[in-house]
Amino acid sequence: MACEQWQAKLDTYLDGELPADEMHAFDAHVRTCPQCAPLALGRVQMRQTIRAAGKQFAPTPEFRRRIQQTAKPRKSWNRGWSLAWAGVVVLLLIGVFTAYIGQRRGRRDHLYTELADLHVATLASSNPVDVVSTDRHTVKPWFQGKLPFTFNLPDLQNTDFTLLGGRVTYLSQTPGAHLIYQVRKHDISVFIFQDRVDGVGAASEFQQKSNFNIKSWREGDLLYFVIGDAAVSDLNRLSDLLRAVKS
Amino acid sequence: MSEERFQTESFEELAMPLFDQLYNFAHWLAQNREEAEDLVQETYAKALKGFSSFQPGTNFRAWMYRILRNSFLTSRTGLRVSKTVSLDSDDDGVPVPSVPDTPESILIERSDERLVQTAMTALPVNFREVLLLCEVEEMSYQEIAEALSIPIGTVMSRLSRARQALRQLLRQKLQRT
Repeated sequence: MACEQWQAKLDTYLDGELPADEMHAFDAHVRTCPQCAPLALGRVQMRQTIRAAGKQFAPTPEFRRRIQQTAKPRKSWNRGWSLAWAGVVVLLLIGVFTAYIGQRRGRRDHLYTELADLHVATLASSNPVDVVSTDRHTVKPWFQGKLPFTFNLPDLQNTDFTLLGGRVTYLSQTPGAHLIYQVRKHDISVFIFQDRVDGVGAASEFQQKSNFNIKSWREGDLLYFVIGDAAVSDLNRLSDLLRAVKS
Repeated sequence: MSEERFQTESFEELAMPLFDQLYNFAHWLAQNREEAEDLVQETYAKALKGFSSFQPGTNFRAWMYRILRNSFLTSRTGLRVSKTVSLDSDDDGVPVPSVPDTPESILIERSDERLVQTAMTALPVNFREVLLLCEVEEMSYQEIAEALSIPIGTVMSRLSRARQALRQLLRQKLQRT
């Protein structure tokens, strides 16, 4: 190969990017060629000058510190804090949930206490009911114009239950129907309100308050409460009869 | 760089050793300290953010330079430069033969550091960056190709043109003195 051809590849050779066999051949040539050797030497000197000239700018210590802060592994720190924050959030949610449940339970306890008081106070009264009748077709129409809603009462034929009558009552400033039934000398109050009374759990549930059994449920937009000192099975049967009729 | 190494080494351990050279490169590109610092800051922030998606086994240094260079291209200076100099489309992928050396070229090769600095500053940014990556950072053609996101053939031809341009500038400066 002529020197011109070698010289055309001089930079690639000095970059170390020629194929291995050409690198070896160039090594051998440049060591013995009086024309190429000084050129290669001059080019190497030039590169050294460029390298020195190119390393001209240095960052300030303050900037180095700033970048070190940026590059610091924050992953574990973040993970730790994320877990801590997640824990705090969970605790807060538990706290909020517990407070909500407690508040709700408190409201319900208060409601059932009021219902138990109404039940006892009514029975203690000399006139516990304003409409005295065992006939549901007499009692139900009596509430017309007195309540902003209507309801149906069950047929009690072939049952142990007797309807004694009814009256208008109030709970949390909401008017409702208060019906009194009897089963084997046990008086049972049935309260019916529009679904505006706060503090009632969903679906049917059984509670005890001052030794009275209380059952409550929602039916459409009406709330039903059955309360008395009768056996739970009796309250359940009366509840089933009430739920069986469509309001 | 092995995958195992990436699993054990943090971003800081890999990136901080490149800090001085990245800053130097950024300053050469931006030609002022404030903008160079902004570029490096942006590079480290972007790299840290994307570190989890970095492909182990590929070249971390080239990856960092690529982020820096892309940040430069969208910077104020980068946008201004790209209006006057095409950063990627000046090459046909064919290496340009070296200019036959003459006694004058030997004189150029003996130019002092200050003169070379001045000439490098005067080079178009696409020549300056490829020259810096090759001569100062001593990157292989493959690594330069990855850092600049261009084919190896383009690296070779651009490098050849950059060297010629530098010689020409030095020749002019020597003639004036």
